Amino acid sequence: MTEQMTGRKEPEGTERPPGAAAGPSAPSPRDLAARSPHHPAARDAQPRPAEAPHAAPPQAAGSVPPQAGAAEPPRAQVTSPGKVRATGAQALVYALERVGADVVFGIPGGAVLPAYDPLLDSKSIRHILVRHEQGAGHAATGYAQATGRVGVCMATSGPGATNLVTPIADAYMDSVPMVAITGQVPTSLIGTDGFQEADISGITIPITKHNFLVTKPEDIARTIGEAFHVASTGRPGPVLVDIAKDAMQATTDFAWPVPFDLPGYHPVTRPHARQVREAARLISESRRPVLYVGGGVIKARAAAQLRELAELTGIPVVTTLMARGAFPDRHPQHMGMPGMHGSVSAVGALQRADLLIALGTRFDDRVTGKLDTFAPGALIVHADIDPAEISKNRRADVPIVGDCREVIADLVAAVRAEQEQGRRPDLTGWRTQLDSWKDTYPLGFDEPGDGTLAPQHVIRRIGQIAGPEAVYVAGVGQHQMWAAQFIDYENPGTWINSGGLGTMGFAVPAAMGAKMGRPDTTVWAIDGDGCFQMTNQELATCAIEGIPIKVAIINNGSLGMVRQWQTLFYNERYSNTDLHRTAERKLAGTRIPDFVKLAEAYGCEGIRCEEAADVDTVIERAMAIEDRPVVVDFIVHRDAMVWPMVAAGTSNNDIKFARGLAPDWGGSSE
Amino acid sequence: MTRHTLSVLVENKPGVLVRIAGLFARRGFNIDSLAVGPTEHEEISRITIVVNCDEHPLEQVTKQLNKLINVLKIVELEPGATVQRELILIKVRADAESRSRVLEAVGLFRAKVVDVALDVITVEATGNHEKLDALIKVLEPFGIKELVQSGMVAIGRGGRSITDRALRPVERSA
Repeated sequence: MTEQMTGRKEPEGTERPPGAAAGPSAPSPRDLAARSPHHPAARDAQPRPAEAPHAAPPQAAGSVPPQAGAAEPPRAQVTSPGKVRATGAQALVYALERVGADVVFGIPGGAVLPAYDPLLDSKSIRHILVRHEQGAGHAATGYAQATGRVGVCMATSGPGATNLVTPIADAYMDSVPMVAITGQVPTSLIGTDGFQEADISGITIPITKHNFLVTKPEDIARTIGEAFHVASTGRPGPVLVDIAKDAMQATTDFAWPVPFDLPGYHPVTRPHARQVREAARLISESRRPVLYVGGGVIKARAAAQLRELAELTGIPVVTTLMARGAFPDRHPQHMGMPGMHGSVSAVGALQRADLLIALGTRFDDRVTGKLDTFAPGALIVHADIDPAEISKNRRADVPIVGDCREVIADLVAAVRAEQEQGRRPDLTGWRTQLDSWKDTYPLGFDEPGDGTLAPQHVIRRIGQIAGPEAVYVAGVGQHQMWAAQFIDYENPGTWINSGGLGTMGFAVPAAMGAKMGRPDTTVWAIDGDGCFQMTNQELATCAIEGIPIKVAIINNGSLGMVRQWQTLFYNERYSNTDLHRTAERKLAGTRIPDFVKLAEAYGCEGIRCEEAADVDTVIERAMAIEDRPVVVDFIVHRDAMVWPMVAAGTSNNDIKFARGLAPDWGGSSE
Repeated sequence: MTRHTLSVLVENKPGVLVRIAGLFARRGFNIDSLAVGPTEHEEISRITIVVNCDEHPLEQVTKQLNKLINVLKIVELEPGATVQRELILIKVRADAESRSRVLEAVGLFRAKVVDVALDVITVEATGNHEKLDALIKVLEPFGIKELVQSGMVAIGRGGRSITDRALRPVERSA
């Protein structure tokens, strides 16, 4: 892994034509892979690549003929120049090597067995045997989100494939580049309700960017190339490749590179110059502008450009849940996270703005609140690589279709041109107003009166001790919101969570994937006790495969976010949210399960922390363990709540910074 | 709400129709009429979809359709500049007493009799939606025993072809 990520010498832009020898000695499959436009290392030598180009330039237009010597995988018999005889399964593995896959998370089974045989011989692909296919899918997502590269998962037909449905849907909602490969029953059995048959390509149509059912061996290599291309370009997303078992067993000619057959796929990355100039003009004329930044900025690796634009214009920035880390939290222009649990300053900035520059974001209901009261006075500049997102929820006054990095870079130039002509808005009053909200309503929490641990304190201390270079992966619920709020993110790719789908159980497998992608980085899973019990089986994978993640269980003994809603909206009737039920006499004093024992059973270090005084030492002890996974069971106060909050379906104007407390917005800046 | 006619050029591959129909269903659009068939290019199929919706949702569904990898091109056909046709087959009761009046109606609509049985004739007619509705109304009093109707197909008037530029050359390879 490390060698692969750091040892790549070939700088971007010096890509050789396909097939050209890398040096005097014959190229290894690995070198060949590096030349693929999808190979991450060819694009970025850094593990977390704020600067690496988003996509390598396409190779020569037109179909590229197979090159002699370019495709000589191990163990295969060369039959003609540039082609080797191979089984469909070998072609699959060779193609995965060529596109630069270095890790595959998966579980074998009947229909995918042929693929696992040549996988055993691959020198460049490491297969991680997970314990449940859902873990494979989330691990692929964690890998992709931590590295910017395509994550790969593999499963057998039927139940193996359907177990991937949740992580595929999760990746679809969060635009994660993922390729899922599934075995399918042999072609002759398709449609007969054969053993372990499920129409996974039919099932995943609504939750994939695209999917393929491959029934011919000669289509396998091309389809894998296409799948990686589709997954990683344009608006990224999951692509499923379902391959019939007999296609993997039959023999074919393997050649690489392969021409794509995607006549209907033309993602637009270059923004329209006139639209960009119009956006710059609106910026010049605005008095209360806000940069509303979404996950697309991280996907486009545009953090540096964003910072340049923000500092050039002085415009305040808000970063959505998916964009935490796209702009440094400690930057004075950062107003925080907007949305249901956003900061008063971020929510207030959006509501009072006269111009929103929305970058790679989709006006999700968790950000806008009640849509028709969202940012009522604002003109909208909306830049996104997906034209369908523009004006989907909120009409854009200036739509810009393009890759965020290119859009922002062009916007910087256009704003400079405006400024050179003396057009520059005075934002002093606006900035003063926002800063006063930020000072008056900082994120905070009450220490529980009964001496129990405040979950927010635990999470904040993890962030402070592990620092801004670590990667934080959350599950879904209260702990996720606190992790988004109370950890300072300074770098893109350091915050990984399930934003759109809200998949409980995401954290442990996604942290495993992130650690595989960035083995030299500390990876903390911030998890809830409810979430943790959904996917903790992957601790076995971590322990056996040597993936030393750190897991902080924020253990409040309940489904905390649901409980919070029951407290606020269901008259404190706690229906089925109590996970421990220690109030019952027969369960008093029990820990079911005992997470420390569970961790030990899985070959991990298990630590429990119940006192505020121990928090720092426990975290430091966990930080010092590098040879195996660590699980820390933080027993926290069960009634802690996430604030601020915009109740579901209400207006952002009705945000409460604590229960029953509405902010005083003060005089309008008009 | 207005009626819109979309011509969607798609790759002629298995499963493409279900992707398109599924997208309409999932985004909450009702399809009034749908017709699929081959084109002058073997590798392209053409789907004509009639939907009833406002301008904004139509734009949204068009954009979503455009995101489907198998969709090559979408054109909205304006009724004024388009020839639109549907095909209908009707089994209508026509005994000795009513037969001549049925045949008269068939003649008026320039429809054809394509099958005759003892007291039933089968009528074939083509035309736009309004014409076929009118034919049905005229035949209804005689007793319609069975009716089958195609989705609408439509083509723009004039010399230009929407398939001309649909097939771009392969631009990239692995």
